Amino acid sequence: MADIKYTEEHEWIRVEGDVGTIGITAYAQEQLGDVVFVDLPQAGRTVAKGEACAVVESVKAASDIYAPVSGEIVESNAALADAPGDVNVEPLGKGWFFKVKLADKGELAGLMDAAAYEAFVKSLG
Amino acid sequence: MGEPLKRTPLYDLHRDLGARLVPFAGYEMPVQYPTGILAEHAWTRSAAGLFDVSHMGQVRLTAKAGKNAALALETLVPGDIAGLQPGQQRYTQFTNDAGGILDDLMVTSTGDHLLLVINAACKDADLAHLQKHLSAACEIEPMFARGLLALQGPQAATALARLAPAVATMAFMTGAFFVIEGAECYVTRSGYTGGDGYEISTPADATAAIAKALLAQPEVKPIGLGARDSLRLEAGLCLYGHDIDTTTTPVEAGLVWSIGKDRRAGGARAGGFPGADVVLKQIAEGAPRRRVGLLPDGKAIAREGAEIALAGRTVGKVTSGGFAPTLGRAIAMGYVERPHAANGTAVDLVVRGKPVPAVISPMPFVKHAYYRG
Repeated sequence: MADIKYTEEHEWIRVEGDVGTIGITAYAQEQLGDVVFVDLPQAGRTVAKGEACAVVESVKAASDIYAPVSGEIVESNAALADAPGDVNVEPLGKGWFFKVKLADKGELAGLMDAAAYEAFVKSLG
Repeated sequence: MGEPLKRTPLYDLHRDLGARLVPFAGYEMPVQYPTGILAEHAWTRSAAGLFDVSHMGQVRLTAKAGKNAALALETLVPGDIAGLQPGQQRYTQFTNDAGGILDDLMVTSTGDHLLLVINAACKDADLAHLQKHLSAACEIEPMFARGLLALQGPQAATALARLAPAVATMAFMTGAFFVIEGAECYVTRSGYTGGDGYEISTPADATAAIAKALLAQPEVKPIGLGARDSLRLEAGLCLYGHDIDTTTTPVEAGLVWSIGKDRRAGGARAGGFPGADVVLKQIAEGAPRRRVGLLPDGKAIAREGAEIALAGRTVGKVTSGGFAPTLGRAIAMGYVERPHAANGTAVDLVVRGKPVPAVISPMPFVKHAYYRG
């Protein structure tokens, strides 16, 4: 699990080989409340680091999800169409959003590790 | 920034129940409890939900000697207030000179007084409006410190009747005084969910004890403002400041049902409220736009502000939209130019720049289940 990195937008990315799996953190799902729909990117789309590429709809609001790294979308979590609540139940597990083939693994260096993210969340009060 | 947030008599209880508190209309209010909005919504539709709506304004009007409070209030609202029998309740609106809506409110006659329930965000302006126009005819008594609890859902009657047995036979849109947990309360059979239920006006210092006594009933759980919004949207009910405001008339908003016959053209007390010329003309000839229900295809949610388009031309705007937990789908309401407002009309809702097909549909989205006795 050492390979999970976090963004200030409360996304996580777990890298295996040159593919990163991306989702939102437990803190993010708690802030959003019950998730009722996730609009996911199509496989094959190229995204730039920081680009809005998915939307998560909760009972309260719609929130953009930003690509934590640049690359090509290789898969989206089709199961979320019927079970969007997985994002609340298991945000770091079956509630994942999409997978990206990384264009530049060097971009990972700019992301937070678990300890840094935990401190970041604490700083939000 | 701004004034410090106010608290209702249930603030400490909300904290104890683990509520997430958010600023709402100047108050710190529970948006949800730990189970979340979907569970709270489902509970209210199947059992009974307890809502703290103490932030809403309560005002008592009493006629001065030789005056008639109901006739005085009719100079500000299009509803038939003079026709209210003691114990009857009605929904109406404060209008402005253009026929726009300053606020919507509930009015109940106790026989001796009129009890008004007004929106939290409007209550100071409403009070000033009442004082400006009705002071000659009425004593105007703001009761903004009182508590107001809403108990809503098919098992609300069972739960409340354990504390006040006579509430079980009250009919929808009636009110009466009851002693609950030793405190004199005014109870109406009404609410904002489209389901059966009650609103209970409580002395401030008795509110928490009454809320706890209700929460001790097996049918009752606390429900936050998040589910209150999704419940009222399913019921097709307007939220002031969103679906109705000073730029919408009661006719455009589809609220003509709340304008009594006596207040319409040819009625015994026709017009006589601000903007009556506009409103009565729209009743006769139709309004330029209408509030409609919208059922979008697929799962995308069209929220407030989304444009409504027909063949690429904007014909309206969404004023409320969200996920309907009872239906498991997205729903919305908005205003559409009248020629295009017929049920069954196919339109597009523009969500994040993309057109989402939708059909103009009758409301409520979830059938009302009021207790008619």
